[in-house]
Order: sequence, then C-alpha cells, then structure tokens
Amino acid sequence: MTALPMVRSENVHKSFGRVEVLKGIDLEVSAGEVFCIIGPSGSGKSTFLRCINHLEKIDAGRLWVEDRLVGYREGGGKLHELRESEVAAQRRDIGMVFQRFNLFPHMTATQNVMEAPLRVKGESKAVVRERALTLLDRVGLRDKADVYPAQLSGGQQQRVAIARALAMQPKLMLFDEPTSALDPELVGDVLDVMRQLAEDGMTMIVVTHEMGFAREAGDALVFMDGGVVVEAGTPRALLGNPQHERTKAFLSKVL
Amino acid sequence: MTSATSADPTLSRRPEAIRAVAVRHPGRWVAGAVVLLVAAMMVNSALTNKRFGWGEQAKYAFSAQILDGVRITLVLTFASMLIGVLLGVVLAVMRLSPNPLVSRAAWLYIWVFRGTPVLVQLIIWANLGALFPQLSIGIPFGPAFAQGETSRIVPMLVAVLLGLGLNEGAYMAEIVRAGILSVDEGQTEAAAALGMSRMATLRRIVLPQAMRVIVPPTGNETISMLKTTSLAAYVPFYELLFKTQNIYTRTYEVMPMLIMASLWYLAMTSVLMVGQYYIERHYARGATRNLPDTPLQKLRQRMARA
Ligand SMILES: Nc1ncnc2c1ncn2[C@@H]1O[C@H](COP(=O)(O)OP(=O)(O)OP(=O)(O)O)[C@@H](O)[C@H]1O
Ligand SMILES: [Mg+2]
Repeated sequence: MTALPMVRSENVHKSFGRVEVLKGIDLEVSAGEVFCIIGPSGSGKSTFLRCINHLEKIDAGRLWVEDRLVGYREGGGKLHELRESEVAAQRRDIGMVFQRFNLFPHMTATQNVMEAPLRVKGESKAVVRERALTLLDRVGLRDKADVYPAQLSGGQQQRVAIARALAMQPKLMLFDEPTSALDPELVGDVLDVMRQLAEDGMTMIVVTHEMGFAREAGDALVFMDGGVVVEAGTPRALLGNPQHERTKAFLSKVL
Repeated sequence: MTSATSADPTLSRRPEAIRAVAVRHPGRWVAGAVVLLVAAMMVNSALTNKRFGWGEQAKYAFSAQILDGVRITLVLTFASMLIGVLLGVVLAVMRLSPNPLVSRAAWLYIWVFRGTPVLVQLIIWANLGALFPQLSIGIPFGPAFAQGETSRIVPMLVAVLLGLGLNEGAYMAEIVRAGILSVDEGQTEAAAALGMSRMATLRRIVLPQAMRVIVPPTGNETISMLKTTSLAAYVPFYELLFKTQNIYTRTYEVMPMLIMASLWYLAMTSVLMVGQYYIERHYARGATRNLPDTPLQKLRQRMARA
C-alpha cells in the first residue's frame, strides 16, 4: 500500500449558476511533490485551486486533503457540511498565494506575517515574531520588515505574501499564478523562493504560465482545458512530447 | 528632433515678455459693488436696529442656563453619535450577512428609521408610555422577571438618546456598509485562506481599511447631529434651544435670543468642521500623494518667509 496522497480529487464538479466550470477533475498530488497546472484562461485552474481550501464549494465528487474531506464530514452514509470554524481549521494547514498578492495594506511586512499565527493559532508574540523575521529573511526581505506593502515592489510583496502563508506552517501550499502580475525582471526572485521551498520538501500545487519553472522544479504537470484535465504526466514528457491536439495547440502558443 | 532644435542658439534665446491689454470685466465690478452694498446695509441694520438686542444677547450668552444648554447639546450630540456608530456597524454587518432573515431585518430597520421624520420618532419615544404603560423583561409570551412603569424606565434623556441614536444608526449603517464594500474582496479571501474567522477578518482586516471611507461622512453626520439635537426642544428636553426659548418666553426678546442660540450653534459646528478637516486629511493619506498644507502650515511658511 502506498502512502496517502496529500490531495486527492475524484470527479470534482463545480458550476457558477448555469455555467459548469469544472466538469470532473480526477487527480492525485503526493506529499512533497511540486504539482503544476497549466491551461488557457477560463479553463478552471483558479477555481479548482480555490476548491482545495474550500474558498469555493464543490457541487459533486469528492476532494480530500490527506485523510479528510474538504468542507464536509461523512457520517451515516451522508455528507455533513463543516461548520465555519471547522472549515477555518482545515484552511490553517493550507497556505495560499494569490496572483494579486492581497497583502494587508494597513500592516507592515512583519505584521502581515504575524497576524494569522497570533489571532488564529494564539501563539505567543515572541515566538511568532521570531518566526516572522526568520521567514522574511528566507525570502530575502529581512531589511523590509517594518515597511508597508505600498512601499514594496510587486515581487517583494509577493515574497512577503509567501512568508505570510508559511507562517502558519502549512503542509500544503497553493500558488495561483504567483508571477503573472509581476514585471518580467521581478519574476526571478519569486521563482527562486518557490524553488527553495520545493527543495525543502514542501508539497506545492502551482498554477503557472512559467513553463521553465514547471520543467525544472515540477514533479508532475497537468494541462487543463474546458474544466477537465486533458493530459497529465511528468513536465518533461508533457512539454516535450504532448499527446493531445489541444495540448499541442496550447503549447505552441505559449512556448 | 526636438533636442536638435533646442540646441539652436537663436531659438533658445528668451523672447520678449508679453505685455497685452487685459480684458475688461465690467460685470464683475457691478457684482462686487452690489455685494458690498448689501453687506453695508446688513451691518448698518445690525448696528442701528435696537431690536437685534446685542446687549441682551451678551447678557445671556454666557449665563448659567445657556451654558447648561450648550453642555447638554454637546452631550446629546456625542452620545447619540456613539449609539449611532455602534448600531451602524452592527446593522451594516447584519445587512451583509449570508443569512437572508438577518439581512432583511437590518434592511427593514433602515427602511423604517430613514423613512420617518426624526422629530416624529423623538416624540414617539418620549411618549412610549402611551403605547406600553408597563415594560417588562422576561420570556416572550411567558413570565416576566422584572417590570415597571415605562415613564420611569425611559426617562426623557433616554428617550431623546434613543430617538436620535436609533435614527442615526440607520444612516450610519449605510455609511459603514459602503465602507465595508469598498474593501477589496481579495483581502477577505486572503484572511479566509489563512484560517481567520469571519469576525476576526471583519475586525482586524476589513474595518480598519473601511475607515478611510467611513470616517469623513461620519464627521458630516456629527455636524448634522449637533443641529438635529435642537429638535429635542419639542419633546421637550432642556437642550440649548429649549433653554433659549425658556428665556424669551419670560423676556419676550425672541429674535435676540434666537440669534444668540444660532451663534452658539455656529461656533460649535465651526469647531467640528475644523476637526473634520484634519480627520479627512488624515484618512486621505495613501489615497493622494501630496496633501495640501494645513492653514497652520501655511501660516508658518508665511512667517518664515517674512
Ligand atoms: N465567482 C464566479 N462567479 C461566476 N463565474 C465565475 C466565478 N469565478 C470564476 N468564474 C468563471 O469560471 C471560469 C473559470 O474561471 P477560472 O478563474 O477558474 O479560470 P482560470 O483557468 O484560472 O483562468 P485564468 O488563467 O484567466 O486565471 C471562467 O469562465 C470564469 O468566468
Ligand atoms: Mg486564474
């Protein structure tokens, strides 16, 4: 018997109103893996990522993080919705990094990183502060500790956002196009941080347009289109020798 | 190409300064003259017409009764604003609640309190005893733990504060709601993804950012409330206008006393307006790059230059 996957998705469906955005997603992400998702705009990549930490509720199928269903509890042959506090508790173990950073503008870099561990986990201030500074150091921003987000470049903001997510000591990190909103010369610094994180053994699901990152740092790659996984494999195989017409067409446009 | 032309010495020499005949604006002179004339007439009337009773005004302006009225007016203003703001936050959060019953209840409250005159509301609160002679606390439709006469439980001060505060709550609710909606959705999402609860997100992330939108109109509401408190005179409650009326029913100096009261209101709103100016400036930080100088800063610069 193999180890339990970090994330398992079985026939996951999601609609917004009448539009079905996810039409049956099946995939597995192993612990310690860097799992990349590529696909055209509107294919449902962000939506799927947001289902994993229950920012979106799935309509059908099953989604597990380790041994626990996301957002529901199974009992007596029925699904029960989790309470708000239980959903929040599930999210604590899953870090998320957004395309537009979403740092808290009224807090300094350090305060951004400290907020959740202090309010949510109720850890002691000294411990949290120590960890925040270590994390800022790790993303190369120790000298920006007391600076507000507005005074940081996009790349620096995104690195603070990564440190903020890591401060909760998650076992899984979700990245939704973390470099898409950045000027080209700032992309490298953020990818470096992510590579380092991957080397340290973090399980990561990364929606990205950075094929170079997917090829070098990725362990698995899926191509999504129209709400389904069209093709899955190792980054080398999928990028080097795509099987499906749609994958070929997409890659010919972005590579 | 432009750099080449500007290098040409004949072109870069400064041309002769323009000395043109200015356009005449006879209309402006006429308008100015009319304004001056009207102002002179008003001053003349104020100085010569004995019925303005400036002496009477000076005599009463700082009398114990009037100062008492001023104090009560200020207390009413700030106490009812406090009720209004707290209630406004609660109602705004209720309106944005995912529970339709809760959000409709808030909507209904706002509808009723904004849709009826505040003077009518004040009088209703003051006469609550006519509707419910007895008030009691207990299980609905069940036994009561405590009860008493309405007029004792709801004295005039409480009635006025309820009337003004509950009405203000409806207006503040809309202001707070606009503030909350002005905060980017990404902020709530980031907080949710970190595992923060809805309440913690509201208190720590959303409301602090909403303040920039909430505070300036709240200042306006405070100024407006200061004037609205005068309606309490008809409840009746002994604030500034009531005290003023008390004096002129005795002395028959109606106009002088009303002018005196107006000057007091004007003085108080002026102080609030100065406060409002600085508060708005404070919350404009981050939104605008260069803030205009405050009057104090301008004065200092002028003194430094002289
Ligand atoms: N909250 C929502 N309400 C309605 N429709 C939505 C919502 N969120 C996403 N959609 C729709 O779902 C579809 C998939 O969106 P999604 O953001 O998952 O795409 P994506 O693959 O991440 O695209 P992109 O590369 O542009 O980020 C789109 O057509 C989008 O318009
Ligand atoms: Mg997306």
